[in-house]
Amino acid sequence: MHAGQPRAGLRSSGKGANRTILDCVFPLFWPGQAVILPPRGAAGAGSLSGPFAFALPGAVPPAADEKGLGIVTTATSADHPTRRDFLFVATGAAAVVGGALSVWPLVSQMNPDASTIAAGAPIEVDLTPIAEGQDIKVFWRGKPIYISHRTKKQIEEAQKVNVASLPDPQPDSARVKEGHDQWLVVIGICTHLGCIPIAHEGNYDGFFCPCHGSQYDSSGRIRQGPAPANLPVPPYAFLSDSKIKIG
Amino acid sequence: MSGPSTYQPRNSVIAWIERRLPIFGLIHSSFIAYPTPRNLNYWWTFGGILSFMLAVQIVTGVILAMHYTPEATMAFNSVENIVRDVNYGWLLRNLHACGASMFFVAVYVHMFRGLYYGSYKEPREVLWILGVIIYLLMMATGFMGYVLPWGQMSFWGATVITNLFSAIPYFGESIVTLLWGGYSVGNPTLNRFFSLHYLLPFVIAGVVVLHVWALHVAGQNNPAGVEPKTEKDTVPFTPYATIKDSFGMACFIIFYFWFVFYMPNYLGDADNYIPANPGVTPAHIVPEWYYLPFYAMLRSIPNKLGGVVVMFSAILILAFLPWLDSAKTKSSRYRPLAKQFFWIFVVVCILLGWLGGKPPEGIYVIAGRILTFCYFAYFLIVLPILSRIEKPRPVPNSIADDVLAKTGSSRTPMVSTVIVLAVAGSLFAGATGTARAEDHQENPPSQKWSFAGPVGTYDRGALQRGYKVYKEVCSTCHSMNLMYFRNLADPGGPGFSTAQASAVASDYKVKDGPNDAGEMFERPGRLADRFPAPFPNDNAARAANGGALPPDLSLIAKARSYPRGFPQFIFDFFTQFQEQGPNYIDALLQGYVDPPKDFKLPEGSYYNKYFPGHAIKMPKPLSDDQVSYDDGSPQKLDQYARDVATFLMWTAEPHMEARKRLGLQVMVFMIIFALLLYFTKKKVWADAH
Repeated sequence: MHAGQPRAGLRSSGKGANRTILDCVFPLFWPGQAVILPPRGAAGAGSLSGPFAFALPGAVPPAADEKGLGIVTTATSADHPTRRDFLFVATGAAAVVGGALSVWPLVSQMNPDASTIAAGAPIEVDLTPIAEGQDIKVFWRGKPIYISHRTKKQIEEAQKVNVASLPDPQPDSARVKEGHDQWLVVIGICTHLGCIPIAHEGNYDGFFCPCHGSQYDSSGRIRQGPAPANLPVPPYAFLSDSKIKIG
Repeated sequence: MSGPSTYQPRNSVIAWIERRLPIFGLIHSSFIAYPTPRNLNYWWTFGGILSFMLAVQIVTGVILAMHYTPEATMAFNSVENIVRDVNYGWLLRNLHACGASMFFVAVYVHMFRGLYYGSYKEPREVLWILGVIIYLLMMATGFMGYVLPWGQMSFWGATVITNLFSAIPYFGESIVTLLWGGYSVGNPTLNRFFSLHYLLPFVIAGVVVLHVWALHVAGQNNPAGVEPKTEKDTVPFTPYATIKDSFGMACFIIFYFWFVFYMPNYLGDADNYIPANPGVTPAHIVPEWYYLPFYAMLRSIPNKLGGVVVMFSAILILAFLPWLDSAKTKSSRYRPLAKQFFWIFVVVCILLGWLGGKPPEGIYVIAGRILTFCYFAYFLIVLPILSRIEKPRPVPNSIADDVLAKTGSSRTPMVSTVIVLAVAGSLFAGATGTARAEDHQENPPSQKWSFAGPVGTYDRGALQRGYKVYKEVCSTCHSMNLMYFRNLADPGGPGFSTAQASAVASDYKVKDGPNDAGEMFERPGRLADRFPAPFPNDNAARAANGGALPPDLSLIAKARSYPRGFPQFIFDFFTQFQEQGPNYIDALLQGYVDPPKDFKLPEGSYYNKYFPGHAIKMPKPLSDDQVSYDDGSPQKLDQYARDVATFLMWTAEPHMEARKRLGLQVMVFMIIFALLLYFTKKKVWADAH
């Protein structure tokens, strides 16, 4: 941090020679002579004169080396010890705060932009064309949503299951809207690793994921395979008996 | 970077790594213990500033590339999407675009400093040549980056610059085809420019490493130009140089942020807010300010190949400087004649830059030739002769002696350089504008706008009224393709609620599809939809408007400008004046007057005082009482014009309020931080002066 020997001999005749406007604006800051630090870390002196083009000027105390700028908080000086320490700490703190804040926009820009968010607004789906036993796939926020018009058999199977025996226990009534038992609306993304399960396949009259063999039942609940959870139900509501709004 | 370090780590983990990879020793010897001459002045902080700017350009550039689309039909809109929709996109884009200019500001200061203090002389020739290579790479990178927004200046800049290579005998045309990847500048050109623009900064970074390596082997030059001899001549890099560089950097950042937050378009060209049009060349093609001196040399030579050769030679000659100037005394401080010629050379460069922005006619061509001669004469005649005949003043024995003998004289060049550079900057900046001053057009009167100045905000009432005028009058012919209905409810906009904006949207019919039957259909608009254009395509718009295409209005307030002239544009930098667009729109809408007797008005045109060339195809669009206001504002033409201009300024820059608000916060922080650094620097250096 500071050279081994005070270089008093190199100082110009007086403070006045180096005076700037700032000195006049802030006369309260360090009114007197500049501080000359007592030698520190003398052990380091001269130890660094290596294969440089010219000799090293002096010592860099090892303690300061590892701290980068080497904020000398322990140093004492003749007249204003705390004031100088405060200055170094304040400058360092401002640098850290400024640096940290400037990272914010660089990270924030990675979030979805305004047009993506606007495009993720709720969508309306007309259910009339979907016959019993059929299902359609619609996209909302880039995700495939399965809308299944379940048969009586599928509904019964889904309701009959012993909920406690399921890997992710959830009754069928919690996965459909009351009074609309025939409509199952689920996000068609396997909860294992994100593949798209195939509808009307597998042993449970529901969905089968071709990637790693997870099987979902006619309520979209996980029954078999590596997937840990049921197919999620997106937020949706019935606007009428034949129209839903997803989102 | 100059060899094995004697650094002895005390931490055992660091010691373990150090034995296997001496990276900490490298950092220690390069950036902590590295001896720097103790008499360096603030011109030496520009090396650090340049490293910082390179880092800023790379970081912001990599981020912009995440959102940018390098495709001819989408590039322009993707840049606007960054500015309008990406979080802090406007900030990142301004940082990058203004950053390029600041990079060149810093590099020119750095180069002139090297020139003045003889930093290219033995043993720093390789260091200097590496610098020239970096400069060349910077020019290539800057040029290709300017092409990416795919505006009018981008496109035509790319056309003109790539055509330079056609001057090469025999291979010229083939090289140009190779650059274009087609029969003309087009999508393939844009794609490869994007790729190379991404690559070259990393090449620059690599050469910068070599540059710094060479610097750390040879050691830094210094204002006295004598090499350090004893320990008394140097101070360790950390903390002395680090803190001084940090302070210099903080001051430079304040200057940089002045542009980023308050005048992002001051150094740009309004024409680049018009999408690229291969069929129409802008009336005055002007490169970015940092190329202007070389552009002036190119144009002053009446021969195509000659011009290109002269232009490239002007840069390459720098590489030979160490041998052209063989004087033993490094610093011009002790070379009375060289010092004078240096300043003459600086003025020549500035004047060349100013000429580069002027139209190539009459006296400007002659002046360009004289100045081009002066430029080369400095290197080929003045410096070689001076190094033989000049009697230098005695140099100090050592750097320590120089520090002790410091008088006011060493400050003089700094002060005068600041003044000269300030004038230079303004001249360059204004050069683009002055190129247009030849049209003898009356400038629109300057209006008072609520959004002007560092804390300006939009007048909500005016935005709402302006929207009404747009909707009822302008939108019958003019599209507003970059605006979405949701923007009406954005903060800093006209202050619609989301429900109101939805209601506006649902009044419009938007084409969507195809549906399950494969047919397109119409549905009510949604917030996420763009404002529909009045015509299905440009040709239909032309056909319905007497052959003239009504321009899209989204960006019109930034795409229209007029020259402010000297010295007004210098004051504009300080007053942050950038309301040429709204002034022009306001004036144009009220500028329909009877043509002068001797004016020949073409068929189907109307006379407008402020339209360039005066013959405008648009009939007078607005008159008193045409649109009814429900807030009691006067239903007069001047009020309509004002409201529409305000509205169009908002559509051109929806985030202006956010920009100025954040700007104020950042500026206050930076000023406090710079003051802290200044006092810390004083403390640190107290025992070294």
